[in-house]
Amino acid sequence: MDELDRRLVLATQAGLPLVQRPYHRLADALGIAAAEVQARLQRMLDSGLIRRIGAVPNHYAIGYTANGMSVWDVPDEHVDALGVRIGALDFVTHCYRRPRRLPDWPYNLFAMVHGGSRAEVEEKVARVAAILDGKCRAHDVLYSTRILKKTGLRLTA
Amino acid sequence: MPPLMPEPLDAADKRIINALQGGFPLCDEPYREIAERLGLSEAELLARLQAMLDARVLTRFGPMFQVERMGGAFVLAAMKVREDDFERVAALVNGLAEVAHNYRREHVFNMWLVLATETQAGIAAAIAELERLSGYPVYAFPKEREYFVEMRLQAS
Repeated sequence: MDELDRRLVLATQAGLPLVQRPYHRLADALGIAAAEVQARLQRMLDSGLIRRIGAVPNHYAIGYTANGMSVWDVPDEHVDALGVRIGALDFVTHCYRRPRRLPDWPYNLFAMVHGGSRAEVEEKVARVAAILDGKCRAHDVLYSTRILKKTGLRLTA
Repeated sequence: MPPLMPEPLDAADKRIINALQGGFPLCDEPYREIAERLGLSEAELLARLQAMLDARVLTRFGPMFQVERMGGAFVLAAMKVREDDFERVAALVNGLAEVAHNYRREHVFNMWLVLATETQAGIAAAIAELERLSGYPVYAFPKEREYFVEMRLQAS
């Protein structure tokens, strides 16, 4: 990422301009051609630096009123094989292995499950539990009750 | 702060959200292209997008950057905040630019935040700053392995 890429990130991290020609608007601000803005964004998409260009909905607003972070204590020797299987479930949006923080926090596998109700989330969590059958020592589901902040990354100039 | 239960969306808003989950065109007039696909005018699409951003139905519209690919770091962290102290700590935590997301969850660990920093070292500095400001320990849960990430949720 060169200096111009960095300036492009700074110019777009709060959002893409909502005008007819957004890339021209960015180009004017950066003192380059619109084609250069488009080419650089394409390059960042190709390299994975940009995951996608799109809208981030508030989960609650689009009907996912129950958002549960399910957390599981799975023996280290099994967690990777099982994590891949749980990540493949169509209703799991994020699935990670993370460190335990004993004694406060025994869980090492995290899977986010969203649904229209807690009953729906619990039914999905039961499907996760079935995959972990016999290999999970403890689990919990932490429901979000409020979005306190959701801005995404902010680089500083 | 985004509301927990905003107004229900109409069919056109839902179609816009679903059409903008990825693949936004890199052409001169991308909104016109999307509007034509949806059978809307460009002006209506732009107005609806602005309204959804204003109402916090959408928290953002634009490129989603992978901070790790820029040499930076994204780390989940949690805090156990006393209930009668929650609002004070939430305001302090949210005031830090490095806090990208913050959720209240039903648990002893009741505050879950995502730190996004430009450098790996920035995470430790941000955690130290959060602990200093709040007076509470911050438990970091850096990802050790990613099994799956798919941010897209369809409005239905």
